[in-house]
Amino acid sequence: MSESKMRGKLIEGVTGSWEVVIGLEVHAQVLSNAKLFSGASAAYGGAPNSHVSLVDAGMPGMLPVINEYCVEQAVRTGLGLNAQINKVSVFDRKNYFYPDLPQGYQISQFKQPIVGEGVVVVDLPGGESVEVGIERLHLEQDAGKSLHDQDPNATFVDLNRSGVALMEIVSRPDMRSSEEAAAYLKKLRAIVRYLGTCDGNMDEGSMRADVNVSVRRPGAALGTRCEIKNVNSMRFVAQAIEYEARRQIDVLEGGGSIHQETRLFDNKAGVTRPMRSKEEAHDYRYFPDPDLLPLEFDDAFIARIKATLPELPDAKKARFVSEYGLSPYDAGVLVAEREIAAYFEAAAKGRDAKAVANWVTGDLFAALNRDGKPIGESPVSADALGEMVGLIGDGTISGRIAKDVFVIMYETGERPAKIVEERGLRQVTDTGAISAAVDEVIASNPAKVEELAKKPKLIGWFVGEVMKKTQGKANPQAVNEALKAKLGHLLGE
Amino acid sequence: MSVDEKAVRRAARLARLAVPEDRLAPLAAELSGILAWVEQLNELDTQNVEPMTSVRPMRLYRRADVVTDGFYAEDIVKNAPRSEDNFFVVPKVVE
Repeated sequence: MSESKMRGKLIEGVTGSWEVVIGLEVHAQVLSNAKLFSGASAAYGGAPNSHVSLVDAGMPGMLPVINEYCVEQAVRTGLGLNAQINKVSVFDRKNYFYPDLPQGYQISQFKQPIVGEGVVVVDLPGGESVEVGIERLHLEQDAGKSLHDQDPNATFVDLNRSGVALMEIVSRPDMRSSEEAAAYLKKLRAIVRYLGTCDGNMDEGSMRADVNVSVRRPGAALGTRCEIKNVNSMRFVAQAIEYEARRQIDVLEGGGSIHQETRLFDNKAGVTRPMRSKEEAHDYRYFPDPDLLPLEFDDAFIARIKATLPELPDAKKARFVSEYGLSPYDAGVLVAEREIAAYFEAAAKGRDAKAVANWVTGDLFAALNRDGKPIGESPVSADALGEMVGLIGDGTISGRIAKDVFVIMYETGERPAKIVEERGLRQVTDTGAISAAVDEVIASNPAKVEELAKKPKLIGWFVGEVMKKTQGKANPQAVNEALKAKLGHLLGE
Repeated sequence: MSVDEKAVRRAARLARLAVPEDRLAPLAAELSGILAWVEQLNELDTQNVEPMTSVRPMRLYRRADVVTDGFYAEDIVKNAPRSEDNFFVVPKVVE
C-alpha cells in the first residue's frame, strides 16, 4: 500500500479488489459577448437561429475571424490552472457530418493547443487534498442544437450555439474514485467562476464532462477505458462512474474483456449504455484550417492578463486560515464560491471571524439550502450578520437568543439591533435582576433544593428555571455564578 | 504512397460521396498518381526549415468581442428545403 501510494477506495469484486482510474474532458463555455469566429451573440437562449451569422451557418465563402477576448479568456484559464501557455498554437478542422454542424467540420485545436500541462489541487470531503494533472486546454467551436422531440419524423436544428467558444480542458487519468472526480469538477468550476472565464452553469450546458473510466488490479497497468459522453451534473458524473466501474469489473470477472467504446449515461435509469455508433466514428481527419493563420502572441500579452487575475480559491483558502484563524475545512467550504467568500469577508470585517464562519456555514447555509437560495439572495445581508455577531461579542445578546434573532432576521430582513430592541431580547446581565430570579426559584422549590444535596446534577434544572423566568434573556454565565453563590454550600463547594 | 480500392471507398464514405464500384479502380489510380507527384517534395531536405503558414509574414487578424452580426433568422433558413418557426427541419437523426 505505502509503496504504490494507494489512495481513493478500492472496489471489491468476487475475485479481489479493483482500482478505478478516471480522467475527465470538460467542455467549458467561454464567457464572452460574441462567438469564437463571428460577430453573432454568444448569449444563451434566444429565438431559433437568431444568434447566427452567415459564418455560423456555414454559408459558402464565409471566413472565420477570431475573437481576441476568447483567446484572452483561454490564457486566463490556463494561468488559473498553473499551466504552460503556448505562444504559438494552431487551429485544425475536425471533420464529421451531423445536421447541427453546418460547416461539416468543427474548428478545434489538435496538435498545438493554446494551453499545455498544468495542475489542479483538489480538496476532498475528508479535508485531504490530491493533485490532478491537466494535460491541455484548447479552444474550439460548439455545434448547434438538435431537437428530436418536436416531430416524430423530423429533427429540428437551431444553430444559436454553433460557433460559441468552448474550452476543452483535459485532465490526466489521475482520479481514483467517483468522489475525487466530482471534487475535481467542483474545483475546476470554482476556478473558472473566480476567473470569470465560464459561468459554470451545468443546467444550461455551459459546463459538461466526458468521463473516461477504466479499472485495474491495484498497481497493475492501465486497463482499457470507456468514454461516457456529455454528463451534465456533478451528481451524474459520480453516478456514471460508480455504475461504469462496476459494469467493467463484472465483465472482467466474468472472463470477458472491455472494448474501448463511447457510452451514454441514462440518468433516469442510472446506467451507461453503448452509443449506437458508426464504425468509422473516430476518423476525424484533422488538418490545419487553411482559413486561419497560427495564433501567436507575446509575453507582454500573457503578463497583461496575469496582472488581472483575481485571488484564486487555493490562495484565498490559505489566507483565510492564516488571517482569520479558520480551520482548513471551514476555509475550504467558504472559498468554494467566490460570492460566499466575499460574503464571509464582508461579515467578518472587525468581528470575531471564527464566529462569523460558524454562522455562515451553520445557520445561514442551512436556511439557504432549505429554500434553495444562492447566497446572493440571502435575506440576511453580510453586514447584518456581522452586526449580530458583534451583539453577541459585546454581551448584548446571548448565543442562544442569537439563534432566535437570526431566524427573525432571515424572515423579515430586519437589522439585528432593531429586532433586539423592539422585542426586548437584550440579555440580562444585571446581577440584581438575575439574583432576584434565582431567589424566587429557590424559594418556590424547597423540595428540589433538598434533593440537590444528593444529586448535584440537578443544578442544571435550576439554570433552566431561571432562564425560563427571564425569557431566556439572562446571561447563562451570570446565572451559573449566582446559583453557585447561593447553593454552592449544598454542592460541597 | 498509393491507394487501393478499399481506401478510395473509405475516403468516399467519409466525405459522403457516392462513388460507383466501377469508378473505384480508376480513382485509385488517379489519386495514387497525384500522391506520387506530391511525394517528389520529399526529395528536398526540410530538416531545418520552419513550416510556412503564409506567403508573406502575417499576423492572424483579430476581432473585438462585440456583437455585430446575427438577428436575421429568416435569412438563415431561407434556402433550407424545410423549416418551421425558423428552425431547420431535417430527416430524423437519433442516436
